[in-house]
Amino acid sequence: MKTNKVLDNLIIFIVFFFLFLPICVLILFSFNTSSLNITFEGFTLYWYQHLLENTALLEALKNTLLIAVISTVVSTIVGTISAYALKKYDFPFKNVINELLYIPVVIPEIVLGISLLCIYTFMHLELGMFTLILAHISFSIPFVIISVRSVLDSLDPNIEKAASDLGASKLKTFFYIVIPLLLPGILSGAQLAFTLSLDDVVISYFTAGPGSNTLPLYVYSVIKTGVTPDVNALITIMLLVIFIVLTIATIISLRKFKKEVRG
Amino acid sequence: MTSKLLRYIFILPVIIYTVFLIALPLIYIFVISFFQSDFYGGMIETFTLENYARIFDSVYIGIFIKSLVIAGITTIICILISYPFVLAVSHKNKRFQTILMMLVMIPFLTNSLIRMYGWTVLLRESGIINQILMSLNIISEPLSLMYNNLGIIIGMVYTLIPFMILPLYSSVSTIDKSLLEAASDLGASKWQKFKNIILPQTFPGLFNGALMVFTPALGYFFIVDVLGGGKIMILGNLIKNQFLTARNWPFGAAIAVSLVLITILVIVIYRKLGGKMDKLGDM
Repeated sequence: MKTNKVLDNLIIFIVFFFLFLPICVLILFSFNTSSLNITFEGFTLYWYQHLLENTALLEALKNTLLIAVISTVVSTIVGTISAYALKKYDFPFKNVINELLYIPVVIPEIVLGISLLCIYTFMHLELGMFTLILAHISFSIPFVIISVRSVLDSLDPNIEKAASDLGASKLKTFFYIVIPLLLPGILSGAQLAFTLSLDDVVISYFTAGPGSNTLPLYVYSVIKTGVTPDVNALITIMLLVIFIVLTIATIISLRKFKKEVRG
Repeated sequence: MTSKLLRYIFILPVIIYTVFLIALPLIYIFVISFFQSDFYGGMIETFTLENYARIFDSVYIGIFIKSLVIAGITTIICILISYPFVLAVSHKNKRFQTILMMLVMIPFLTNSLIRMYGWTVLLRESGIINQILMSLNIISEPLSLMYNNLGIIIGMVYTLIPFMILPLYSSVSTIDKSLLEAASDLGASKWQKFKNIILPQTFPGLFNGALMVFTPALGYFFIVDVLGGGKIMILGNLIKNQFLTARNWPFGAAIAVSLVLITILVIVIYRKLGGKMDKLGDM
């Protein structure tokens, strides 16, 4: 088929330029001698060292990562069990529950944020790390369920029957047969939960309390007065880590793709 | 372990989760939207429709319309950028496509607020774009690129565009290439191919993307705060202010319920057009 290669490349270039522009600016200014983030005055690594002394920022980073890890682990476990339960068992109001699960996916996050804030207040829960983690778990679970379900739907039900015919208990079948088969769905669900947790601003804004500052909330509190380049330095380091992890993941998936093509 | 006990262990988490973390909080919001507020940020538990009546005040109607217009424009711009991009990507070989789609995701792995802060460095009056344009003598006065509607739209499009690119890409990649070749052989023009083959086959992805862009755009108060400069308000800012600043929870809840109604309306349309719910969270 005849396609216009030059035009294609131009479009791809422009979109990537747009997507990476603000990120590149943040990275560039992490090496700036001026603290104002306005003009680039000279190269320095000072902010990377200064970062280690900014305890408020490091505390926010620690909280952000802690929340992301805990909420990913919990929502992945609960989501996987739930997806399996919704597929294999019948129980009252199952259809209603199935519909309710889509709410966190489609509703504007702010509604979820304020409704959690209200219910926390109603139950006299003090806002802090616990309420934040609970909020992150609650918006991640549906994404894990959907991700696991898409693999579960393509699974041959006879495999489980065969396992039980051969004398494996239900629990054994679940752990040794079902979980390994669902692993691609579970992993992509976990990855999504982790990403959503790191990206969230809106729900954290309503469910955080004193002593549970996260990275976006820290930036939000200083954005009016001016963000110092040590924030840029931290983002640069985080991006580097993400880039390395993603590159490895892509290389692995490309290898698999090659094998599939050959095989 | 008996299989009955096992059954409960499997079923309970999803029931507890949907009841306590989804249903009850939303029902609670619905209930307090009919309460009265007192002057001290508290609520009086008497039934009133006052909060809903207040929404029809011209100030609030204005905010509703403004939010819908901003979300609509954002959705249209996302479609206009994503289509050519996704089609251009689909012309590359499979390996290169995987790499390009991975690259699309990288900026979105940093927090969205932090990316908005990156845009302020670029867009403000003393920002990089104005500096470059002025040093090239293209403009003599700095352009107002943020603290206005333009800044908000740039921020919204930037934040939400992956939700359009991803579903569109996955629906474009299911198109049978031989159909397009056959159309070319029969003398179809580019526009004819787009209108008769690509567009109908990518409708599911397009609707999915439009829904995932439109509804969040109604609530992203932080984009409006950072790039709109505090004078402009959308529904998200209004709800935030009622809950955290004005402390009129019943009125804030009434606006939130209206936002839910708008979302439901959008979803009903999506389903009528044949959209699948599972596709929405499958990224």
